[in-house]
Amino acid sequence: MNPSEILAEKEVGLGWHPKRVLLILLIFSIVMMFAAFTSGYIVRRDEGNWREFDLPVSLLINSIIIALSSGSMQWAFFSARKNEIGRIKTGLAITLILGLAFLAGQYHSFGDLVAGNTYFGGADANPSGSFVYVLMGVHAFHLITGLIFVAVVLRRALNYQVHSRAMLSISNATLYWHFLGGLWLYLYLFLLLNH
Amino acid sequence: MSDMAAKPNLSPGVQTQGGIGSAAVPATEHGDHLHHDDHEHHDQHWLWKYVFSQDHKVIAKQFLITGMFWAILGGTLSSLFRLQLGWPEGSMEWLTPFLGKWIQAGKLNPEFYLALVTMHGTIMVFFVLTAGLSGTFSNFLIPLQVGARDMASGFMNMLSYWFFFLSSVIMFSSLFIETGPAAAGWTIYPPLSALPQSIPGSGAGMTLWLVSMVFFIVSQLLGGVNYVTTVINLRTRGMSMSKLPLTIWAFFLTAILGILSFPVLFSAALLLVFDRSFGTSFFLSDIYIAGQALSNQGGSPVLFQHLFWFLGHPEVYIVIMPAMGMVSEILATNARKPIFGYRAMIGSLIGISLLSFVVWAHHMFVTGMNPFLGSVFMFLTLIIAVPSGVKVFNWLATLWRGNIRFTAAMLFGIGFVSLFISGGLTGIILGNATLDIQMHNTYFVVAHFHLVMGSSAFFGLFAGVYHWFPKMFGRMMDEKLGYIHFWLTFIGVYLVFMPMHYVGIAGFPRRYYAWTGFDAFSQFADMNRFISIAAIVAFLGQFIFIFNFFYSIFRGRRATENPWNSTTLEWTTPVLPGHGNWPGEIPTVYRWPYDYSKPGSEVDFIPQNVPYSQTHSSNLPYEQDMAD
Repeated sequence: MNPSEILAEKEVGLGWHPKRVLLILLIFSIVMMFAAFTSGYIVRRDEGNWREFDLPVSLLINSIIIALSSGSMQWAFFSARKNEIGRIKTGLAITLILGLAFLAGQYHSFGDLVAGNTYFGGADANPSGSFVYVLMGVHAFHLITGLIFVAVVLRRALNYQVHSRAMLSISNATLYWHFLGGLWLYLYLFLLLNH
Repeated sequence: MSDMAAKPNLSPGVQTQGGIGSAAVPATEHGDHLHHDDHEHHDQHWLWKYVFSQDHKVIAKQFLITGMFWAILGGTLSSLFRLQLGWPEGSMEWLTPFLGKWIQAGKLNPEFYLALVTMHGTIMVFFVLTAGLSGTFSNFLIPLQVGARDMASGFMNMLSYWFFFLSSVIMFSSLFIETGPAAAGWTIYPPLSALPQSIPGSGAGMTLWLVSMVFFIVSQLLGGVNYVTTVINLRTRGMSMSKLPLTIWAFFLTAILGILSFPVLFSAALLLVFDRSFGTSFFLSDIYIAGQALSNQGGSPVLFQHLFWFLGHPEVYIVIMPAMGMVSEILATNARKPIFGYRAMIGSLIGISLLSFVVWAHHMFVTGMNPFLGSVFMFLTLIIAVPSGVKVFNWLATLWRGNIRFTAAMLFGIGFVSLFISGGLTGIILGNATLDIQMHNTYFVVAHFHLVMGSSAFFGLFAGVYHWFPKMFGRMMDEKLGYIHFWLTFIGVYLVFMPMHYVGIAGFPRRYYAWTGFDAFSQFADMNRFISIAAIVAFLGQFIFIFNFFYSIFRGRRATENPWNSTTLEWTTPVLPGHGNWPGEIPTVYRWPYDYSKPGSEVDFIPQNVPYSQTHSSNLPYEQDMAD
């Protein structure tokens, strides 16, 4: 959609659609939440009594999956711009499948953590492990909202409502999806460097 | 009729504002749908018009009335614990019909005293002065003053209220449970709040507190992103950022503070929930309770304080900045003068907003932090005095030689400035780590923050209600009752908190339920009784306001479109604007919002939508260029 249409009688703001601004602001609030978790992690680690453990290898596989899903999402976005309706649907469907695979992979990694005697709670738990579960869990929760968003866009694509002149929903979904992927990569890197 | 009730979203205007993915419907409707309003809204069921409304004005009134309910409750709780503090030996048998088992043998239960203080703080800070103040006026004024039909997303705005409502219901219900409401203080520091076995209030009451706050944070975020987006995107033609009324600047920055700080509280609350219910040890370590060692290892209670105050400090600016914005507007209007230092006012708001994120640890000087770190936070804290001083200076300079009209709103505006000065000065004292360590656990701190953020924010709220009541309800509030309300409250507040500073400096400790056992404190008995009487009288005085408010909604003098001769856009709407605010086109803006008593002008105010070409006699040279 042409932003100038909506903003015809408006002062020029940032030139973005209001819904895009809403999304960006929500992304900022999610950033702050994870900033709190990760800075809490660092502050807590520096106080000692911190149990070291190895991160499961499966997290690396999950990271690759989420990075690939960002690629398929971007492909769907480019296809929408070129009005290649079939490819939009394929791209979104692949993104959905990869997203679900990532969630399943994270669930599997929880199992790996437990197998390595790293627990979320209980007498044998240490905050070092609990933090990993919290970061993964809260990220997974947001990823589920992202999957719902992608599914909504896919439904719209099936109804031919996503094309080069109706880019808002897919471009917002793409932005959110890249953010979630980037957020995971940040968390993974953070844990690798600080665990 | 019933058809429409079942599918209220059929109206095109409302639908475009729906969820995230509804982009295919042309969003131009934002501007256009209002022209259809007249016939659309006749068909609307009352449930969608007054209850699940997406109209920002209705949502604002919902926030206001819910906030008033909470304010009465919060005030009642404070009266109860003031009774205990003023008459520690007195019998409270007569309260048994209300409090039931919390009165034992004529005495207030000590656990319940802690719960009263906790709930008073929580209710006042979050439910009244955050949701009730910025929820009401950001909602009401942002679209009206920037010249928009409604918020960027009416649907999210409606959700914001209903999440707040849900949060309110949960918090309210926690007052009635067996073990009582949360009692660990409004700051809910672990380990006290984290261990259900520590005090009764850390059981189910604390769980409900946390659940309620989670919904509250969601509500704040939904509201906040909407406010910011509306200011960024939906300003009318000509309304550049440098022509915005200061109210909007204040709401805008307040919303940004909320978006950046509430998620951090969310993180802290989530970790606390895990510690309480899932056996983690983020905040718990090496604890013996009732002779038993807990298994929790490796947690840090100070970490919670860092996370909490990273929200908690911006929160006090979330409370005070909307009041600052409204007072700026009200002082200029009623002094019939431009606000002094418009840009300095914006700059100081921005300065306060930035600084508010880097001073949180001044709440934690007594946690045993590194003195070097303490002095960094002390330095940053004292810098806040600069933008605050700029604001105070500008308010006073606005009043200076003004043609002042002492409306009720103006009195409360001036009262705000007075309280902000009195309370702010003690902030400079407490910002010093050395002094704070001495006075941290005394009533000096209580007196300080009640003046500077509690009472002043309330004064801003009252000023706003008196000033914008005509636009909200189409009628005027009674001025005489307003004067009585003002003087009772203004004198009452000083009579409560000035002596409280004194007892604080003299060493009277806060958070004590019973102080009669200590000889050192018994000399303060008279002073405490005096404070209690003043507090209860001032609280009862608020019922004058409540009466005036509800009476005036139905029986008040009818308002005109612009009763205060004000310049901003909300006064260009009809007396009672419908959904969409302006029946015709949205006015275009040509000038800043403070053209009061402009030299050369025949009238003493020129609204923002009057072009320079119509005001040749008063134009400044560069304005004349724009007129030609």
